[in-house]
Amino acid sequence: MITYIIRRLFAAVVLLFIVSAVTFAIFYLVPRLAGATPETLATRYVGRAATPETVSLIAHKLGFYDPIWVQYGRWIKGIFVGADYNLGASVDHCPAPCFGYSFITREPVWPDLVDRLPVTLSLAVGASILWAVFGVSIGAVSALRRGSLLDRTAMGFSLAGVSLPIFFTGMIGLLVFSYTLKWTAVGGSYTPFTQNPADWFYSLLLPWIVLALQFSAQYARLTRAGMLETMGEDYIRTARAKGLPERAVTTRHGLRAALTPILTIFGLDVGLLLGGAVLTETVFSLPGLGKYAIDAITNNDLPKVLGVTLMAAFFVIIANLIVDLLYAVVDPRVRLG
Amino acid sequence: MASDAFLEVRDLRISFPTDDGLVRSVDGLTFTLERGKTLGIVGESGSGKSVTSLGILGLHNRRNAEVSGEIWLDGQELVGASPDTVRGLRGNKMAMIFQDPLSSMHPYYTVGAQIVEAYRVHNRVSKQVARKHAIDMLGRVGIPQPDRRVDDYPHQFSGGMRQRAMIAMALVNDPELLIADEPTTALDVTVQAQILDLMHSLQEEFDSALIIITHDLGVVAELSDDVLVMYGGKCVEYGPATTIFEQPEHPYTWGLLGSMPRMDRPNLDRLSPIPGLPPSMINLPSGCAFHPRCAYEPRTGGLATTLTPELVPAAGGRHLVRCHLPAQERRRIWTDEVKPELEA
Amino acid sequence: MIRKSRVLVAGTAVLALALTAACGGNDDSNGNETTTKAEFNAALTKVFNPSDKKGGTIRMANAGDWDTLDPGETYYGYSWDFLRLYGRSLVMFKPAPGKGSNELVPDLAESLGTPSDGGKTWTYKIRKGVKYEDGTEVKAADVKYAVLRSTDKETFPNGPAYFEAFLNLPDGYKGPYKSKGMNTDQAISTPDDYTIVFHLKQAFGGFDYMAQLSQTVPVPEAKDTGAKYKEHVISSGPYMFDQNNLGKNFSLKRNPNWDASTDPNRKALPDRYEVALNVNADDIDNRLISGDLDVDVVGTGVQPAALGRVVGDPALKAQTDNPVLARLWYTSINPTVAPLDNIECRKAVLYAEDRTGYQTAYGGPLAGGDIATTLLPPAIPGYQKFDLYPAGPDNKGDLAKAKEALTKCGQPNGFATNMAYRAERPKEKATAEALQQSLARVGIKLTLKPYPQGDYFSAYAGNPPFVVKNKLGLLTNGWGADWNDGFGFLSQMVDSRVIRETGGSSNTSVRIPEVDTMLDQAIVETDADKRNAMWGAIDKRVMEEAVIMPGIDAKSLMIRPKNLTNVFISEAYGMYDYLSLGVA
Ligand SMILES: Nc1ncnc2c1ncn2[C@@H]1O[C@H](COP(=O)(O)OP(=O)(O)OP(=O)(O)O)[C@@H](O)[C@H]1O
Ligand code: SF4
Ligand SMILES: [Mg+2]
Repeated sequence: MITYIIRRLFAAVVLLFIVSAVTFAIFYLVPRLAGATPETLATRYVGRAATPETVSLIAHKLGFYDPIWVQYGRWIKGIFVGADYNLGASVDHCPAPCFGYSFITREPVWPDLVDRLPVTLSLAVGASILWAVFGVSIGAVSALRRGSLLDRTAMGFSLAGVSLPIFFTGMIGLLVFSYTLKWTAVGGSYTPFTQNPADWFYSLLLPWIVLALQFSAQYARLTRAGMLETMGEDYIRTARAKGLPERAVTTRHGLRAALTPILTIFGLDVGLLLGGAVLTETVFSLPGLGKYAIDAITNNDLPKVLGVTLMAAFFVIIANLIVDLLYAVVDPRVRLG
Repeated sequence: MASDAFLEVRDLRISFPTDDGLVRSVDGLTFTLERGKTLGIVGESGSGKSVTSLGILGLHNRRNAEVSGEIWLDGQELVGASPDTVRGLRGNKMAMIFQDPLSSMHPYYTVGAQIVEAYRVHNRVSKQVARKHAIDMLGRVGIPQPDRRVDDYPHQFSGGMRQRAMIAMALVNDPELLIADEPTTALDVTVQAQILDLMHSLQEEFDSALIIITHDLGVVAELSDDVLVMYGGKCVEYGPATTIFEQPEHPYTWGLLGSMPRMDRPNLDRLSPIPGLPPSMINLPSGCAFHPRCAYEPRTGGLATTLTPELVPAAGGRHLVRCHLPAQERRRIWTDEVKPELEA
Repeated sequence: MIRKSRVLVAGTAVLALALTAACGGNDDSNGNETTTKAEFNAALTKVFNPSDKKGGTIRMANAGDWDTLDPGETYYGYSWDFLRLYGRSLVMFKPAPGKGSNELVPDLAESLGTPSDGGKTWTYKIRKGVKYEDGTEVKAADVKYAVLRSTDKETFPNGPAYFEAFLNLPDGYKGPYKSKGMNTDQAISTPDDYTIVFHLKQAFGGFDYMAQLSQTVPVPEAKDTGAKYKEHVISSGPYMFDQNNLGKNFSLKRNPNWDASTDPNRKALPDRYEVALNVNADDIDNRLISGDLDVDVVGTGVQPAALGRVVGDPALKAQTDNPVLARLWYTSINPTVAPLDNIECRKAVLYAEDRTGYQTAYGGPLAGGDIATTLLPPAIPGYQKFDLYPAGPDNKGDLAKAKEALTKCGQPNGFATNMAYRAERPKEKATAEALQQSLARVGIKLTLKPYPQGDYFSAYAGNPPFVVKNKLGLLTNGWGADWNDGFGFLSQMVDSRVIRETGGSSNTSVRIPEVDTMLDQAIVETDADKRNAMWGAIDKRVMEEAVIMPGIDAKSLMIRPKNLTNVFISEAYGMYDYLSLGVA
């Protein structure tokens, strides 16, 4: 088990290197192939009044004249030993792990990531609890009352939930619950948990619900399908034959088995969300990793893009690992080796 | 009218409304069974054996199955009883062993946990006590090192072991009625014999009534006191095992006997299956459901194709047969035509 | 320029800095008029809900990130409007509604600049007793230091570059960080603590406009942290930073060391300002409408979704203002492409244009803009109203005149040419299509040529050999200025010397030697009235050559703050004046 985990972690590190190298290559090689020069790259990071001298100054400062592997090597080095950055008035040292300085804001990337992670974490964890509870119970009840009014209503809603974009549900939610009814917080009012837990909860309530709505719908459908399948299994008949009450049959036997594949999807979904719930963070103006990623990409801010890509990749890899470990726990037939 | 017998099934009818029409899986079944006795139910696939046994345990979903008739268990009627009453008896007073022990056990719980669960539904005891009981049960069904194996998962057991565990689970509450639905079909021949021996000895030990459902007349011959032959949801012949084997009167039973592999007769080429296919339960043939496959149908003078034969007493006291052939004719055919053929 | 904030702010790549604004030009009020009636354009030329009540918090939001809070580098009109809360430049635009805002008034300086040496030397006296938030007094050396540090373009690559272009800096000077200790008195001298003298390489009559740039906001050298200074700018205005979470939000509180007696321009009514960054743009509009937010600080107007709501709801419309900005969307007519080398053919194009089509392409009179007939927008001092190519009473063009011109040009049946536009811009595409239709009425056949906006000027439409080779007779274009003045607006647009054979200039069609000379004369003129008259003359001279087809003067639709007092549009910034707002 331990060796398995160590091996997986080692593979994860290798994968992260590959992800960073590919991101780097996309950023530098693709424009190069399209004919970009260090100067044209640098024009993205200077003002509109920039003279050619300013452009080449910045191209130098950002290291664009160096071969790409030198630039990559410098970036990797920063992660392990840190890097220095000239602020003009003084020289700033960015300690390891240094993911470089933003080309645009000229702020170090790592503190930004650390700063934004709790937002995304709060959003993802809160929403995932909501959708796990609601999605699964709605799906289970639907399956047990298949064909009933409740089942048809729930499935109708979940079809809508799956197909309505968060942009839409989010804006409607804000309009109705925040601006008209004043029940929930307005957009952009995120408060850190450490600052005020009540405000934190209040500011995230609507984003949680909106994000969970979409996932709940999906999980309700998955759970329903899974339950319908497992409830037809022989061991369910056995459980009934033992004289177990129906509630125990459905939960302890039916749901337990139906949930195992859902657990995998759940782990991966949460892992993906930790890399940034882009749409939700945008609609509700939450300063999380998703919003950060979008801004980084639209601004061609390579160090930020790299940082947030690696962060996202890291979470997906870790989520995968945890899911695999957990799977071995919940399904005794699975053995890790 | 209440029943004096330990188990009495009266005119049991179980049907399933489907899109294609009503499936009458069990159609007017009647039999009795006493404590310590064994009833063998035989018949081809689809004849309604499993539906019958699930019906006795009340395991049909009331929303898609129509159940009528009476089932008396130790003086209590079950068809009209509340689901909760039946549930209280299930796994307790009456228990069942299923055909495929791998798919019939929950893959995510240990064998022990599943037995403990079965015990604790009906007995308010601590987990430790139940666990001891489970280990004890596993030992009694012949599982070596039960105190260790109790924590294994079903997939860690071999097929035979799993079936033993299933039996342990079914017997954990000392049921008075045990139904074994093809308990050995999934096992290889030597293991089959062991399991059958085990069931037999346990039955004697617990003095329970046992229903064994099988395709295999050999199993029935070894274990049963009574035999019930089913065809198309109906009982076609019913009586004491000795009578059924020595003086069977229904053409279908003759066919079953003819297709029975026998230990004492290794030349398997003598085995002659019944021609034709089991009937469709939605469109049962008119008259005698067996008539399309019956070699003696012409001898009934066309009756068999239009009129459903009644279950009538045959030669011996408790022996019942459902066939239009006159009684002497049936006995004559068996003695003169079928029996010599089978023994040849 | 691919930065998102840029795109968000300007909605265009043409540097159309929202610094400039104008208001229809039909009201010469000077800021004394007030109103309390909530109607459409109530705050355009009058002070809406006047009040002197102090206290309260003003809540603002920005759909993107602030470019930077550092006065030495920030390069957005809204930022300059806002910056006056925490920084005092030598000179400022007067906080007054309508045209009044275009007037320059002294701020940190006691009076406007005193030119000498024919406009090559400018002297300012600094007010005594102006203090930073830490209580130390602002000295002339701090202003000098602030200007010099802004010239370090390695540290501040995004800032305006006027000072390094005009100041007589020593050769090889790289700013106070790298050229520490180098004597810079030849560029800026400070004879005493309260006097600062700027020495220019060439005369510049409008230097006061440069003196109003936020780059003259004083920076105490001891507190300067270079690129990190934006994290804590030392205030010299009535407000100082309370919290500053870069990329997320910041807040201002009162600066206890600000002395109202040194500051005739600021009311300083609210106690606090709270600004949220990176807020969803549609959400901003909804919150403005519901009153949960006071100001969309970027000031570029509502999103299309809210525009639809406003147009359909009279009550909502009464809560909006619709200023004209000092930004022109236009079409260049290239005399380097035959037969447009013949002025009559160019005139035919101008006469045949359906001006309402141009306006519709940009979104109509509310969100698009007003039909323009001159280069200078009405907000720019020196603007003269004229129309050399009248388009008939319905503005749909004068086809008779167009045909007449075609005949004179020797192309009586019309001709064919190409028109370029930026592929990513639906409005420019619509413009090109509208022109294609209207010119077809006189037989001028346009073939439309979309090009990527990233390289539009460097490789395609702004690249003279490419233009000739591909016969790009017409091309969509646009321009806005850094400040409301003829120099800021015209110099890049009509000076033939900015055209480079390697491309990159947005002027592609104006090559009139006489205009170049007129520009040179106007730049050195220190008398504002004379100078302004010269800008108007240049405008007319260019229009006579028919090398530019003015399209529309851009407008924006803004939601007026519900809960605030002293609300008015500053023409200088083309948005609400952030200095005078109070909380009701
Ligand atoms: N839930 C149900 N819905 C519809 N038809 C059913 C249902 N359960 C059983 N049947 C039908 O009832 C008939 C009898 O089925 P049953 O399972 O009792 O057969 P069996 O005698 O046990 O056969 P086998 O030897 O194959 O187990 C079959 O035709 C089957 O298709
Ligand atoms: S009734 Fe006729 S068809 Fe049916 S079993 Fe008897 S002989 Fe065969
Ligand atoms: Mg069966």
